[in-house]
Amino acid sequence: MPVTDVQQDLDNLTLTITADFAAPVQRIWQIYADPRQLEKVWGPPTYPATVVDHDFTPGGRVTYFMTGPEGDKHAGYWQITTVDEPTSFSFDDGFADLEFNPIPGMPVSKNVFTFTEHDGGTRATYVSTYESAEALQQVLDMGVVEGATLSINQIDDLVAS
Amino acid sequence: MAEQDEDRADALFHALADRTRRDIMRRVLGGEYSVSALAANYDMSFAAVQKHVAVLEKAGLLTKRRSGREQLASGDVEAVRSVACMLTELEQVWRGRIARIDELLTSDTDQEN
Repeated sequence: MPVTDVQQDLDNLTLTITADFAAPVQRIWQIYADPRQLEKVWGPPTYPATVVDHDFTPGGRVTYFMTGPEGDKHAGYWQITTVDEPTSFSFDDGFADLEFNPIPGMPVSKNVFTFTEHDGGTRATYVSTYESAEALQQVLDMGVVEGATLSINQIDDLVAS
Repeated sequence: MAEQDEDRADALFHALADRTRRDIMRRVLGGEYSVSALAANYDMSFAAVQKHVAVLEKAGLLTKRRSGREQLASGDVEAVRSVACMLTELEQVWRGRIARIDELLTSDTDQEN
């Protein structure tokens, strides 16, 4: 697995995941800059994603929907805040109706993706921050979770506490 | 690990190894729910939900009290450290995305060869 580190910041409701990929930074950037590649990696196999709008510029929006096993559609959007090709971009990720209007009252997470050259490949850092524990719960209730299982480390922590 | 800790670990693993039970935990950590209110959220019988609640209770993750004819369940925040659990679930989503990026990159290499 390319994931090399996971940090949970419980006070700031932030998840930071580091992964090393065996490809140049420019290649990793392409995945996000190309809607056809982005949709391949964004949704789980059971909820494949379709990217509709893809204005990958500051102030622009990327919109997508995910299609469930029963044809149910779940839409979301990225409101792009910064783009620094090919090393980083940031965006707010939220839930939308099927016309891609943000759904009021639904949680929005702040995300910063960073890509740096590392050992001939790319080190990617994904930082995702939620507004509140309630927001986090809402996100999980919306069924974002794919095959969620508590990691063994997590349970060890619970037992040790 | 002492025998008692091993038993507790077994109970926790078992309790949290089920999606419905994790979902029940998220709800009861937010406040007290009657078992019938919980049952309304799932496509399963009241008795089945009651069994799930009993497993969580046995693992010490939630407590139950009786109020009139209702059984009210609430989560033990200390026991479960809910935010940690939720972030861990999200971590699985991200791990899935990262694994798919890796697959996509592998298919690049395959095409080159």
